Amino acid sequence: MNLIDRLYKDAPLATRGEITPKLGFALTVLLAIVWLIPFLWMVVATLRPASDGINAMAELMPSLKPTLDNVRDAWEIGDFPRYTINTTIICTGILLVQFVTITLAGFAFARLDFAGKTPIFYLFLMQLMLVPVLLIVPNLSLVAQLGLYDTLTGVMMPFFASAFGTFLMRQAFEAIPTELEDAALIDGASLLQRIRHIYVPLSMPSFSAFAIISVTSHWNDFLWPLMVINSPDKRPLTVGLSVFTKTAEGTQAWGTIAAGTLMVIAPLLVVFLIFQKRFISSFVTSGIK
Amino acid sequence: MSLAEPAALPVATSAAPRLHLLKRFMGRFRASLPAYLLLLPSLVFLALFTYGAMGRVFVDALYQRATPKAPVRFVGLDNISAVLADPAFTGAVTNNLIYAVGTAVPSIALALLFALALSRTHAVSSALRAALFLPVLIPMVAASALFLFIFLPNVGLLDYYIGRLLPVLPNWLGDPDIALYAIMIITIWKNAGYYMLFFLAGLQAVPEDVMEAAHLDGAGPYMRLRHIILPELKPTFLFVTVIATLNAVTQVDHVFVMTQGGPSNATNLVLFYIYQQAVEHYDIGKASAATLLTLAALMGLTALSFRTMANREGGP
Repeated sequence: MNLIDRLYKDAPLATRGEITPKLGFALTVLLAIVWLIPFLWMVVATLRPASDGINAMAELMPSLKPTLDNVRDAWEIGDFPRYTINTTIICTGILLVQFVTITLAGFAFARLDFAGKTPIFYLFLMQLMLVPVLLIVPNLSLVAQLGLYDTLTGVMMPFFASAFGTFLMRQAFEAIPTELEDAALIDGASLLQRIRHIYVPLSMPSFSAFAIISVTSHWNDFLWPLMVINSPDKRPLTVGLSVFTKTAEGTQAWGTIAAGTLMVIAPLLVVFLIFQKRFISSFVTSGIK
Repeated sequence: MSLAEPAALPVATSAAPRLHLLKRFMGRFRASLPAYLLLLPSLVFLALFTYGAMGRVFVDALYQRATPKAPVRFVGLDNISAVLADPAFTGAVTNNLIYAVGTAVPSIALALLFALALSRTHAVSSALRAALFLPVLIPMVAASALFLFIFLPNVGLLDYYIGRLLPVLPNWLGDPDIALYAIMIITIWKNAGYYMLFFLAGLQAVPEDVMEAAHLDGAGPYMRLRHIILPELKPTFLFVTVIATLNAVTQVDHVFVMTQGGPSNATNLVLFYIYQQAVEHYDIGKASAATLLTLAALMGLTALSFRTMANREGGP
């Protein structure tokens, strides 16, 4: 009871005796444990020696003789270092171009008055609904026409403009006092100089929030790179993992699959556990990734 | 025209107003030029990969090849009618509707429960939030790899632990009546924590003193939820429903990894059908027609939610 009292110590005094919220909390604790089971299995199965046999594969109690054999196998069968490099190139490339496009467009919406502002705003807004993954068929033929089929650039291109990022930057820029810009204007700073030296440095939190959303969503992209990429050495992690899973599933090598999955998600999980607060607040602002 | 302004002489109006208008237009354009230049990079990519792509879908949907090597010829609405007559497509639409409702409703309900239970910030609730949020971060492909084993017949996690309680073990992914529901479980597991964040943010807008006053008036937890919290969360519900619907249409990676739309098309969803037509059957006409129909359906949803979205982004 002591612990429960502690958890509710800042609730209004009058409601502290109520049972229903506590039942809801207990149910949530239970579900959170259920939510973690797939991760728990992944770690336990990764460390389980093959000698335990297929029937012990589902056992959630860790094996008494943990081994890294599965990790080594996964490392040898799948070309994970290559896939990691490809995914990193894709995410970085997209993010760098997006930084430029969303800064410029966000500034135009935040600070400039121009003819056709409303229709152009709606043009951007529509992109939030018309997510690129829906347009894989026409975009694949365009990428092929541009000669970018089976290239990492082809994977990146549809994401270079981001309505979400534009709106995020617009919001950040609107919060910056115009007096700062006026001072720079008197000193003769050009438009781009003002953006570069006043608006961008003061909007770093928004840039980092956007970077988190952009990188996690493109780290996880699957269907689009699957269509664009043909050569095995250009596969990103997700496509590599799906091919790897198909191969290992045939031989019932579940420990190896668990190890491969762990390798794919470990970088994201580590970064998340370090920057947990920042991740969560970024995802709240995201709405649509 | 105000009274103070002298009326223009009829002689002068013949040529001048048009010039005047053109001049004003040019002036406005020149004043807007910096903004257009700043928007240009974004607009180029939007034009190529969003609006241009939509245009190409329209055109491609009107053409077809007799054989894979034959040149394309105009077939009008034949592709659309072929898609609508294809039982695989109508099946995929039905599956997608069941899937959308069956994933959106439980994951939103769970998200609300989680948010209500974890709205107070302390070490325990932060840890629980992180646990519930973990699935959001990982790729759908990785989630699918884990759930492949969870649903594995006989030796899999589910059968190993729960199977002992059931008289007959279902083949979770192999039974056409069950497979779609198995797929839905992954989606709920993966998305509930994401929607929870929006409800957590929404709950901060519920004033604590109103809650306390309601309690003093004798309102129990259920009454407070029904009459204070839920009305306050209405915009959050609208917004989360839009995202959940969009996710139901655009997230099909697990179908690809786990079932390939099978058994007997029981887990085929619309986007996977489009992928199959384009990549496996090389039928761009049919794939475009199916894309067009999906876009039309989403446009309907967009029209419904446009105001919500525009307000959320701060208006034009």
